[in-house]
Amino acid sequence: MKAADQHNETKKQIPAKAKKQDEVVIHAKGLKKGFVDKEVLRDITFDLKRGENMVILGKSGQGKSVTIQCIVGMLKPNAGELTVFGEKVAELNDEELKQLRIKIGFLFQSGALYDSMTVRENLEFPLTRVLKLNDQQEIDKRVEEVLDGVGLLDAIDKLPSDLSGGMRKRVGLARTMIVKPEIMLYDEPTTGLDPITSREISELILHLQEKYKTSSVIITHDMECARITADRVLVMDNGEFIAEGSFKELQKSDNKIVRSFFNQEI
Amino acid sequence: MAEQAITGWRKWAEGIGEQCIFFSRFFRNIFTGGFEWSEFVRQCYEIGYRSMMLVGITSFIMGLVLIVQLRPSLVELGAASMLPKTLAVSLIREIGPVITAIICAGKIASSIGAELGSMKVTEQIDAMEVSGANPLQYLVVTRVFATSIMVPLLAIIGDVIGLFGGFLALNITDNISLSLYFTKCISSLDFSDLLPAVVKTVFFGFAIGFVGCYKGYHSNKGTESVGIAANSAVVTASLWIFVIDAIAVQITSLLFYH
Repeated sequence: MKAADQHNETKKQIPAKAKKQDEVVIHAKGLKKGFVDKEVLRDITFDLKRGENMVILGKSGQGKSVTIQCIVGMLKPNAGELTVFGEKVAELNDEELKQLRIKIGFLFQSGALYDSMTVRENLEFPLTRVLKLNDQQEIDKRVEEVLDGVGLLDAIDKLPSDLSGGMRKRVGLARTMIVKPEIMLYDEPTTGLDPITSREISELILHLQEKYKTSSVIITHDMECARITADRVLVMDNGEFIAEGSFKELQKSDNKIVRSFFNQEI
Repeated sequence: MAEQAITGWRKWAEGIGEQCIFFSRFFRNIFTGGFEWSEFVRQCYEIGYRSMMLVGITSFIMGLVLIVQLRPSLVELGAASMLPKTLAVSLIREIGPVITAIICAGKIASSIGAELGSMKVTEQIDAMEVSGANPLQYLVVTRVFATSIMVPLLAIIGDVIGLFGGFLALNITDNISLSLYFTKCISSLDFSDLLPAVVKTVFFGFAIGFVGCYKGYHSNKGTESVGIAANSAVVTASLWIFVIDAIAVQITSLLFYH
């Protein structure tokens, strides 16, 4: 059985009270963000619950990446309320923001691997610099475990330049997961990959989410990725959400923009 | 026209402000958290060892050329015996440090600017930042410290090699032994020649590292920005070297020669 199907099965089996999913880990209300000549986020409101996979769908340039950059404190919203684990991100000082970021994993579109380091060094970096681990045995164990989890133990001593696009994404995912974050933010995790590798990455996201019990925000315009990973889908257009629901619910939507996404999937 | 000028000046002022903020963040990061020793050693190797050949060859040629150029004038004045002294003083006080720093600005500042610029473009710096690591400590503090230490070392090595180049040129025309040549060179130098020269190369090294890091760290996203960052790092670092040199000469002159 494929991981995606298993996930759907699991979702049906878990009783509501067994889930700790009512706890809101990210809360955004009336979020606005503009740059010099353009207003990117107009009015963003959403809650992400613990253990939930939330997919944000939308065309390029609609503000999806800006939304998750605000969550992680890379950008400051111009207006609105944004809390992560109850803390107002915009009001945190450097040290508080650093502590918050340890709980949030961010997978960049390109993987953003440190290209002067081997895969092993890439994975050791957050362990030694963020978690401040000194025990080399413990470090090796965690590196090998997480690499094994993404099926790339053989590539441990390779440089990023020796890896394919899909492998880079997997290593990027492993590097993010190694610190066991509570929230994962994925910026177009399947962009630039072939359909088979895209599906593998989507299933890997799901597998890791179940293994590490993370809450995730997944930004994508890959419908297959959304179908596999999403508990809930939000559709963004022109800096605001225009539709919300499960993948199946949105498939039946009358909204023209929402339909244009689903019509791609034959 | 006036609007363009105002925009230009405003951008310039913003740039100065950004540099001041970066400078203060750099200093804050020296004293907070742990020092990245392994990266610092790697940078010392990259910056120092890998630039040695270039600095050595340039300094050797510089010493050789200076003797060839100086000789006719000094012979005409009947002061041929002053050649080792003239070379030593000019090379150690001014030409050695400045030439080494300019070469390092071309090689190191551009390389740091391009490397950090490329890391910025490929989101590696952002990845470090959002992971909770400190990119400033890992990338900037180590590189600035490495250049501040390695540029003076390179300048000292360059000076010695330059003096050897001078000896070779002098030995072709005048029969002078190596020991006599170096005795003459060293006896003509004193503390006031060596110390200011070494101290100013520390500042040259700092400027090279800091400008390279600043330009790379603040490059825009896009491949073109990497080239711009590298180019701008060389130009700005070279300019700073001459500014620092002018200040250093004034201070040295006030402290030692008056």
